[in-house]
Amino acid sequence: MISLKPDFCDIEIPEKEHYSIEDYSSSKARWCSGCGAHTILHSVQKLCTDEQLPPEKTVFVSGIGCSSRFPHYMKTYGFHGLHGRAFPVASGVKFRRPDLHVFVITGDGDCCSIGAGHWVHAIRYNMKMVVLLFDNSIYGLTKKQTSPTSPLGTHTNTHPTGSVLPPINPIQSTLGLANVSFVAQTVDWKPAHLNATLKKAYDHPGLAFVRIVQRCPIWMRENYEPTVKDPDAITVLNHENGIVLEEQALKKFRHIQEHDPSNLVKAREIAELVKSTTPIGLFYQNKEGTRYDEYGAHNLGVPVEDRIDAINSLMDKYAI
Amino acid sequence: MINDKVEIMSNNSETIKSEPVKIERKQIREAVVEIVSDSGEGAQKCGQSLGTISAKMGNGVWTVEIIPAEIRPPARSKAGASGIRVRMGSKKVTNMGDHADMVVALNEQVLYGRIDQNAYKPGTYLLIENKWATDTEETNAAYTESIQKFKALGYIIHEIPMEKECLKHVSDPRKGKNMWVLGLLCNIYDRDLSIAAEQVKAIFSKKSDDIIQSNIDLLHAGYAYANDKLPMHFTIPSKISKEDFVVMNGNEAVSLGVMAAGIEVCSMYPITPATSASHAMAEKMESAGGLIHQAEDEIAAIGFAIGASYAGQTAVTITSGPGIALKTEFIGLAVMAEVPLVIVDVQRGGPSTGLPTKVEQGDLLAVLYGAAGDAPKIVLAPSTIEECFHYIILARKLAESFRTPVFVLTDANLATGVQPFPRPKIKSAWFPDPIDQSKWEEGVKAYDWDPDTGLSKRPIPGQKGGMYTLTGLAHDEESHVAYDPAINQRAAESRSRKLAALHKTLKEPKILGDKSGDLLLVGWGSTRGAIEEAVERACERGAKVSSLHLHFLSPMEPGLKSIFKNFKKVMTVEINYSDTIGNPLITEENRRYAQLAWYLRAQTLTDIDCFSNVYGQPLSPIQILEMLEKKLDLTLTE
Ligand code: SF4
Repeated sequence: MISLKPDFCDIEIPEKEHYSIEDYSSSKARWCSGCGAHTILHSVQKLCTDEQLPPEKTVFVSGIGCSSRFPHYMKTYGFHGLHGRAFPVASGVKFRRPDLHVFVITGDGDCCSIGAGHWVHAIRYNMKMVVLLFDNSIYGLTKKQTSPTSPLGTHTNTHPTGSVLPPINPIQSTLGLANVSFVAQTVDWKPAHLNATLKKAYDHPGLAFVRIVQRCPIWMRENYEPTVKDPDAITVLNHENGIVLEEQALKKFRHIQEHDPSNLVKAREIAELVKSTTPIGLFYQNKEGTRYDEYGAHNLGVPVEDRIDAINSLMDKYAI
Repeated sequence: MINDKVEIMSNNSETIKSEPVKIERKQIREAVVEIVSDSGEGAQKCGQSLGTISAKMGNGVWTVEIIPAEIRPPARSKAGASGIRVRMGSKKVTNMGDHADMVVALNEQVLYGRIDQNAYKPGTYLLIENKWATDTEETNAAYTESIQKFKALGYIIHEIPMEKECLKHVSDPRKGKNMWVLGLLCNIYDRDLSIAAEQVKAIFSKKSDDIIQSNIDLLHAGYAYANDKLPMHFTIPSKISKEDFVVMNGNEAVSLGVMAAGIEVCSMYPITPATSASHAMAEKMESAGGLIHQAEDEIAAIGFAIGASYAGQTAVTITSGPGIALKTEFIGLAVMAEVPLVIVDVQRGGPSTGLPTKVEQGDLLAVLYGAAGDAPKIVLAPSTIEECFHYIILARKLAESFRTPVFVLTDANLATGVQPFPRPKIKSAWFPDPIDQSKWEEGVKAYDWDPDTGLSKRPIPGQKGGMYTLTGLAHDEESHVAYDPAINQRAAESRSRKLAALHKTLKEPKILGDKSGDLLLVGWGSTRGAIEEAVERACERGAKVSSLHLHFLSPMEPGLKSIFKNFKKVMTVEINYSDTIGNPLITEENRRYAQLAWYLRAQTLTDIDCFSNVYGQPLSPIQILEMLEKKLDLTLTE
């Protein structure tokens, strides 16, 4: 006769392991209909599903603006903070929490204007996170003011006779920053390319900066409509180490340019082309850059006794 | 003042062991010594050492740095006084004292600024380097003129060939003159020479044996010189404590407090006089399980700290007034989104960049109210170096329990003042629990405000089921942007209610002196030592004056209104701006009050007067005594 413990038959039923796209969606997004942000949201949710990111381990950090409402529409952790300040917050989150998947959602005003100082340094910190710059070249939430990326001469409420300064080129600017490690560009209306770009960015070991040219049909229709309609307006950067599209998807583009993403000088040259065409693809990637989040996490979990010892040894210096 | 401190004239002359000569020593209760020089000549190292040696001998000590207005003022200039004041006493010393008793000056020009600041009075010993008498024609003229002036002012001058004496031992007297001066002072004040030698070794521990030896030689030489050539010698008896003591300044105490609080992220941007609060921990922070992040600017520094706090590791950011101004928007966010955070404000003179190296308690109202809208937060003010350490530990616990930013207000006086205090025994209970990653209880909302206390539990990224999006916009319990107007009212009440909940746990402040009388002085922060010493001295002379010192400024400590009722008059003593009654334009109606006075008047509906100034100097007991004299119509000072 064998005797069994009463809990002999208790088995642990594993918790749900598969996340479907619904697991990442929260309330209905309150962007205007036709806004490019909707497709980006969907594409990010698809990425989360494909990568099976545990929602509780995923954090979306944003600033202020139309784009920055994004975290509210995800069913993950989110941080919808202050104008221009998404980068420092995201850096603080990632510094001692390597277990979290961190995304930064920012807009052209948020990143390139009010938060430009943080943008420069976030690139330099090169923490593993995906940065999505929703660039619609206009201030949407505050109803049509000039953005730092508005094309010269754009008519806005602040510049009714046309904007007077040349726009910042976020790709070119980022490529010029210290410790830059991943720079890509895509457009919200080419889902295959958008998805592939997000996937590539997510796989990058450091900070992946993705500028997404985003439609704002409410305030900037005239700026995007020609590009959306004209198949010649986009040039795809192609390379085996770049953003690789299925042959079928690639065929839909008329202009394809070979570009090795390890070539920084060439990347800067292509970024300059932006005036005549919109190049999309991976401009630059360097997987070897110094990563500040690795520094931040290198001494996690020092036992309390050791910490007390260290404090006491410092205290000895002041002992009398 | 000097005579007052002399208790006994020693009739039985004591013998210095190392020398056969018998010197008469006066026993005194305390002494205030200043060492002044051009910056870079090591006066501060000399004074810090004298302070440490004295603390080791069981004396009470307080040191204050004397900082020139410019980074590198021209040598031998009146604006160039750089140095240190050391007050040593038989009992605990809590402030910088009134006038100096003994001054060592490496050139005579640096004395003028101190004289203008009323730091010396007739009878003060001035020990002056006399090489300037023969250096050049120009310095000779200036030197001679100064010496005559100082004599006329009633100072007791000793001209000392410091450099010449040092040359007997080292080839470059500029390096090491400060240690010779240390030896000189050790003899004058009967400091233990072996403790002094240990201290010199400790200072130069990273240098070669030769350098250590030559500095010890200089120490001995200075000691011998005073022994042979100087007539004034004093002893300051002490009760050597059995307890372990440490001696450090307020910034160092903050630094150690951060580590002892178990804080793992200190995020800051360099700013005087707060920066050195990160220097002290820099060496050991990593082995103590934490890191310092030097952000790209003040705004990023607090944003980074808030990010870390949001992710479960309550962080600290350390700054000064101009930094607080930049951080204000993020402070409002932390209040709104209920993110625990510790913010240390080492206050300096303001507004704007103001007086970077000088003391002021000018940020109280800015910290209490300087955010968009209603942003209630906890504000603490340590009053001693020891409290600088312990309040950081308290601040982290409060921040987490009340889910809110907690300010710790220190100032330039606490930051650079050095004082011995019992060595804290670091406790594991001071450290935070590991980040909670257990499953979030189903049905509990991200802001599940308790209706009475406003308190709620906080989900931390990694907790299943707790997902929420923090936002600086008005939000409901689930952190959804509030479109229902009633929710804003409820949320604001909840954030405010937390202060009331904390208030319920606080004790009434202690009163120093009688519980009723003619006048009650109320202070906060670094002025405590000077206020209490002035009150004790006034009481000894029959004044009916008491004091109380506030440590919690938000929420305010309880019972104040009824305490105030027992005094004919209540006034605050602070280092910030207030209009002075007496100016033809200033009336009861338009007078702008000092910050605590302003705040207490509003809180207690009591007619509260104030004494304050913005000379950028710590308050001395004598200043407060003189003020009391006028207010109470008494003669208190001699
Ligand atoms: S204003 Fe423009 S960017 Fe903003 S939600 Fe509407 S369409 Fe999108």
